[in-house]
Amino acid sequence: MPGADKETDLTERIEAFLADLKRGGSGTGPLRGSGEMARETTYLLRRITAQARWSSAGDLMEIIRNEGRRMTAAQPSETTVGNMVRRVLKIIREEYARSRGSSEETEQQESLHKLLTAGELSEETFREHFVHLKANVIEAINELLTELDGTTDNIAMQALEHIHSNEVIMTVGRSRTVEAFLKDAARKRKFHVIVAECAPFCQGHEMATGLSKVGIETTVIADAAIFAVMSRVNKVIIGTQTVLANGGLRAVNGTHSVALAARHHSTPLIICAPMFKLSPQFPNEEDTFHKFVSPHEVLPFTAGEILSKVNVHCPVFDYVPPELITLFISNIGGNAPSYIYRLMSELYHPEDHKL
Amino acid sequence: MADCGEPDGPGNKDDITRSKNEGKELTKEEKQRLRKQKKHQKKQKERKNEKGPSETEKDKTPVSLLPPPQPVATQKAPSALPAPASAPIPVPASAPFHSSPAPSPADKPAKSKAELKAERRARQETDRAAKQPGSSSSGIKTKVPLSELNPVVKRLPEHVQVDDPAVVKRLAKKLERQQIPLRSDYGYKVSLFSHLHQYSRKAPLTQLLSIPSTVIHPSIVRLGLQYSQGIVAGSNARSVALLHAFKQVIRDYTTPPNEELSRDLVNKLKPYISFLNQCRPLSASMGNAIKYIKKEISNIPSQCKEEEAKTKLLTCIDRYIEEKIVLAAKAISKYAIEKISDGDVILVYGYSSLVNNILCEAFEKSRKFRVIVVDSRPRLEGREALRRLVQRGISCTYVLISALSYILPEVSKVFLGAHALLANGYVMSRVGTSQIALVARTYNVPVLVCCETYKFCERVQTDSFVSNELDDPDDLMVTRKGKTQLENWQDVSSLGLLNLVYDVTPPDFVDLVITDLGMIPCTSVPVVLRVKNLDQ
Repeated sequence: MPGADKETDLTERIEAFLADLKRGGSGTGPLRGSGEMARETTYLLRRITAQARWSSAGDLMEIIRNEGRRMTAAQPSETTVGNMVRRVLKIIREEYARSRGSSEETEQQESLHKLLTAGELSEETFREHFVHLKANVIEAINELLTELDGTTDNIAMQALEHIHSNEVIMTVGRSRTVEAFLKDAARKRKFHVIVAECAPFCQGHEMATGLSKVGIETTVIADAAIFAVMSRVNKVIIGTQTVLANGGLRAVNGTHSVALAARHHSTPLIICAPMFKLSPQFPNEEDTFHKFVSPHEVLPFTAGEILSKVNVHCPVFDYVPPELITLFISNIGGNAPSYIYRLMSELYHPEDHKL
Repeated sequence: MADCGEPDGPGNKDDITRSKNEGKELTKEEKQRLRKQKKHQKKQKERKNEKGPSETEKDKTPVSLLPPPQPVATQKAPSALPAPASAPIPVPASAPFHSSPAPSPADKPAKSKAELKAERRARQETDRAAKQPGSSSSGIKTKVPLSELNPVVKRLPEHVQVDDPAVVKRLAKKLERQQIPLRSDYGYKVSLFSHLHQYSRKAPLTQLLSIPSTVIHPSIVRLGLQYSQGIVAGSNARSVALLHAFKQVIRDYTTPPNEELSRDLVNKLKPYISFLNQCRPLSASMGNAIKYIKKEISNIPSQCKEEEAKTKLLTCIDRYIEEKIVLAAKAISKYAIEKISDGDVILVYGYSSLVNNILCEAFEKSRKFRVIVVDSRPRLEGREALRRLVQRGISCTYVLISALSYILPEVSKVFLGAHALLANGYVMSRVGTSQIALVARTYNVPVLVCCETYKFCERVQTDSFVSNELDDPDDLMVTRKGKTQLENWQDVSSLGLLNLVYDVTPPDFVDLVITDLGMIPCTSVPVVLRVKNLDQ
């Protein structure tokens, strides 16, 4: 039976994706960039939309929400998965609203007047069946995918507006977005890049080799030298893992020290982050914010006896408060950290903030 | 100052000695100047003998004339202190003579430019001599005028002028004269640091020496190798090793005939110091120790027998180590333990022998605290500190410096060691210290720096670029999961690796400096330096 086959096929794919998420996060599988993760998630969601059984928008949203919860539970630190799920939910709401013909804007819930007069837009209203809803939703998801494909290029195109010649730019660890950004600027301008290696994973080394191959003057420094060197740096350009709802960052560890050093020397701190990294989470949940990996990266097993007597920590992420950030460069342009909340309301529906 | 304690005999040696006592070494220009002044004085004395003694308002204390074979005159203090306490400058006698002939130019021929210069310098020296604290005028004036404080602009050390080819050539000539091989730089140097040396550990200087080396004492060769390979590291360890090596040198030394021990030994030490400098640039503590030794050697009176002189020098060195390092550590521990309370969480960075000492002593006095050791690549010195603390039974946590923002909210105090304390209040220490101080200040955690006074240095520096040390760049390479990303960094022309050793921390990040003289704020370092100089 084709239906059943499709379903088992679908569940298989979902299970495979979940397993991949679990493995990839623990550091043993191949490390994938967030862009790839976002794309994979969206493909999967498109497949669910196409192959799962649903009759109304409410059903579809229920299914996607369930799958989304499972996916975020598999790897809580990979926030792009949750972000994509929320984007798709918003797409469904929009398409539903458009199909109904009502020209309701998404800002309606924010108006106090509307809140009093209109009443809640409850889930029941999503029960209507529209014939073309599936096709519209899939088309919208395809648009989302094209947007995802072009994010790195969009960001890189803005490079020349921000980098002048003979600059000294500092970056931390490895970010594909920042790499593309700098390589694009290097086509027309000559500048110098200092890469902090970011122990213990030392991803800065890869970044440095990548940049120097296209002829950018690169220097690799140890993390300890960040403050020492900062006085000669003109700009700090870094990538991040997540952009939080308050405009803060959840970036690779060591970024907070860089941000503080930049503020001390009044050096601008520029974040290159595509929009799919924007997450409606706030940094207050201490126990879910940090992720730790095996401390053997910090103190290897060869250290011997003392391993049983000391506590060793190896956190992966750092919180950077929004006051330390100067500018966000994303695929839709440059923004101040104080504007992030607005962008977020455009991307996600408030009821989807908690999946 | 003159701890010989015996009345000095006449002689040029004493004067040069005492000039050295002022804390500056005689440069070529100064030697020339001295020679000119002596010539000038001879002339003046002849003139004076014509005119008769004259007194001038400049001269507060009576000047005694020495018999003609003595080309220099010494200034006698009114309280008739013994000669050692009198001013060393050979020129003061000429000052009063200058003022008298000045109004009567017709009496003598027009002075040449050199003589005028000599006069001016003579006047400067008189002023300085008149204000020598060893003399009786200490009661009269407590404030030292500005002209005395830095009479000579210090010559820039060679190791921060690598980009100047003239300086490099001069160094090469000097090393050739001393028969020490010149160490060549390694690898691509980042443009910001082209004025510093960058050596490779795989090419130690000792490979270029002939065996057996006739110029360099074997214990110095061994010491140089230990420095360049990083076997002896840390400013206290390096200073102590240096002093022990010098003790061995002194034991094996014999004065050649027709030479004085005080002058010849100092000359013998010069090539050793150049050699050690080539192996690894001298630290501030080593520089101070060397100054002390040279001063002690020069203070040996000429009639002292060789054996006696050598034992005296050995005891001097032992006393220096005992006072400045061992006892200072005890004093600092005593002060620092007052600052450690029960329940503290103390953060330390890297391996500082002094801070480790403090923590171990505090633990023995049954203070309850735990320690967080922060470490950084590529040296990973914190592991050594961790080992020693764990052995004593102190509960420790270990993180890398990138996890600093994660761990700091738990911390109640930060204890840091220092390599040197600069005269403008900046703390020079292992690279990464300034970062720790910065983040600690953001979290409002007090930062305490522990430093002995012998590491205080008169240099000033505001950033970590102008004077630093570049370590072997290959240390930054790391092999993870079987791959070494930077393996062929030399082949890529636009890639450079930077391995800094030191950095400077601004004084506003540091809350307190604990020294053997007490607990002082960072900005009081020049006060301590002046007190030290006056004592000497």
